[in-house]
Amino acid sequence: MVELKKINELTWQVKGVKVPTFIFASEKLLEIMKKDKTLIQAENLSSLPGLYKAFVMPDGHQGYGFPIGGVAALDFEKGGISPGGIGYDINCGVRLLTTPLMIDDVKNKINELIEEIFKTVPAGLGEGNLKVSIDELNQVLEMGARWAVEKGYGTKEDLENCEESGDYKGADANKVSDGAKKRGKNQLGSLGSGNHFLEVQVVDQIFNEETAKVFGLKKGQIVFMIHCGSRGLGHQVCSDYLRLMEKEFEKELSKLPDRELIYAPAGTKLCDDYLAAMKAAANFAWCNRHIIADLVRDCFVKIFGIDKKSMHTLYDVAHNIAKIEEHEFEGEKHTVFMHRKGATRAFGPGMQEVPLKFRKIGQPIIIPGSMGTASYVLVGTEKSMKMSLGSTAHGAGRTMSRHQAIADFGSKDLVSDLGKQGIVVRGHSKSGLSEEAPGAYKDIDEVVKVSDELGIAKAVVRLKPLGVVKG
Amino acid sequence: MDRYVFLEHTADAKFQAFGKTMEEAFSNAAIALTDVVINQEQVTPTSKKSITIKSETLQSLLYDFLEKVLILMDQEHFVVAKVDSITITRSNGHYLSAVLSGDLGLEKYEYKTQVKAITYNEMKIEDKPGECMVQVVVDI
Repeated sequence: MVELKKINELTWQVKGVKVPTFIFASEKLLEIMKKDKTLIQAENLSSLPGLYKAFVMPDGHQGYGFPIGGVAALDFEKGGISPGGIGYDINCGVRLLTTPLMIDDVKNKINELIEEIFKTVPAGLGEGNLKVSIDELNQVLEMGARWAVEKGYGTKEDLENCEESGDYKGADANKVSDGAKKRGKNQLGSLGSGNHFLEVQVVDQIFNEETAKVFGLKKGQIVFMIHCGSRGLGHQVCSDYLRLMEKEFEKELSKLPDRELIYAPAGTKLCDDYLAAMKAAANFAWCNRHIIADLVRDCFVKIFGIDKKSMHTLYDVAHNIAKIEEHEFEGEKHTVFMHRKGATRAFGPGMQEVPLKFRKIGQPIIIPGSMGTASYVLVGTEKSMKMSLGSTAHGAGRTMSRHQAIADFGSKDLVSDLGKQGIVVRGHSKSGLSEEAPGAYKDIDEVVKVSDELGIAKAVVRLKPLGVVKG
Repeated sequence: MDRYVFLEHTADAKFQAFGKTMEEAFSNAAIALTDVVINQEQVTPTSKKSITIKSETLQSLLYDFLEKVLILMDQEHFVVAKVDSITITRSNGHYLSAVLSGDLGLEKYEYKTQVKAITYNEMKIEDKPGECMVQVVVDI
């Protein structure tokens, strides 16, 4: 049993560990975390070297090594980098596109739009339409979404509105194995499966009028959300380096409570190599979301006759990634390997990493719900910089096993239930649909409420789904 | 006895595979993994793949073996119907050689979900005479 000390209604500190480790959760969310290994995995984080602080976000659940929703800052010189603190789906993330359309413009054509997107964007086991050579893939790995812009997909403005400008500097394609490249080569521009989705949504509630205006969002407006990652390439980069690290760092491994916490100590070649490979996989993911966004724009142009350039990228966030950041610990500034696994960066006003147009108010944060439930746009805060090292939740987080979900929710019932709520659903896999049923997830409203009340991000607008394509 | 069973896991797919020998348990794990992705029972073998693997421990051998099965699915669209002539050697390191019978047509079968990676999470290997079991969680 992990013992917790209650700090306040929404903050709990893990007792008996040498590094401050906090859980951000309401009583209700904490009860769910207690049912699986989330808290044990949080406790295990203190075995990592050079750790300053660790957190579990309100949507935390059991992962491998790190919990999902785990945030950990490891010293840049005395710490290290752990692939398990980033996850297999490197730069799994979310992009939100704004449109000039309002609910009345689209409500009779949602079926048509979803059908078009279902046909156009490869998903499930489908490979991308874009066949790139290994040379081109290497360019994608080192240029990210900028490669796609140079090839005529999307706009330069899209790049400004991605974390790392969609082009993570320091990526090295040579550090990605041939096996990983072969796995990912034919998957560029495809959605994948699992919890990845494409969703047309309407802004249905505004919590902060002024910030919403800066984000270009108004009530009744149609927006589009893309949730996916680095596909087989990123998964293989993670697997490859986990195996390399456990072979190379046997002594370190023997001191860890969980094999999947394996890390490369700062200053080692493997640490540098993994960092460069992880960045390359992150670039693949940014390029992937960018190309999918372009396909989605084509569908909107076809169905609604709008100008392609009238759909803008509000922002594109990564929620499985490591960054080199500077944070303050006990009055001193330190450079750290910031691990966010199932957590979103939530940088507040004034941070140079935030695009100029948002720098006065903080970065946009996109938190997707589960299928059929609301999603949210939030904004980073000064408080989040201090409280959670500029991090917040990333989604709803599962509460039910996939097999239980299949048993509880048949895919037919699910589609008709969602249909009754006015939500059109198309899925590439029957069982996949049931697995992702809203009942299998934590309450997204509760997750966002906890983030908002704590102030680790403030809610700006709520988005209601109208149509979904599942991988 | 079932060749394998799926167990409850919040976020991922978890299974136990059984066999009289470690070879049989490993083979059944490969079938279970394929069954996570597609309806495995439908697979008709039309081609064969020979694989050899060398790893540090029995656990890493299981990881590497299943990863190979996964990579064959992703890269070559090869799905396993059955495992022929598998040998595990445990002296001077851990070695596995096997011939996989399967089909180069992943897209022909009823698709369930993609597997991102094999994990060490909750991995267990039980090695008793006449009664072997491997437990694996895969990330989906």
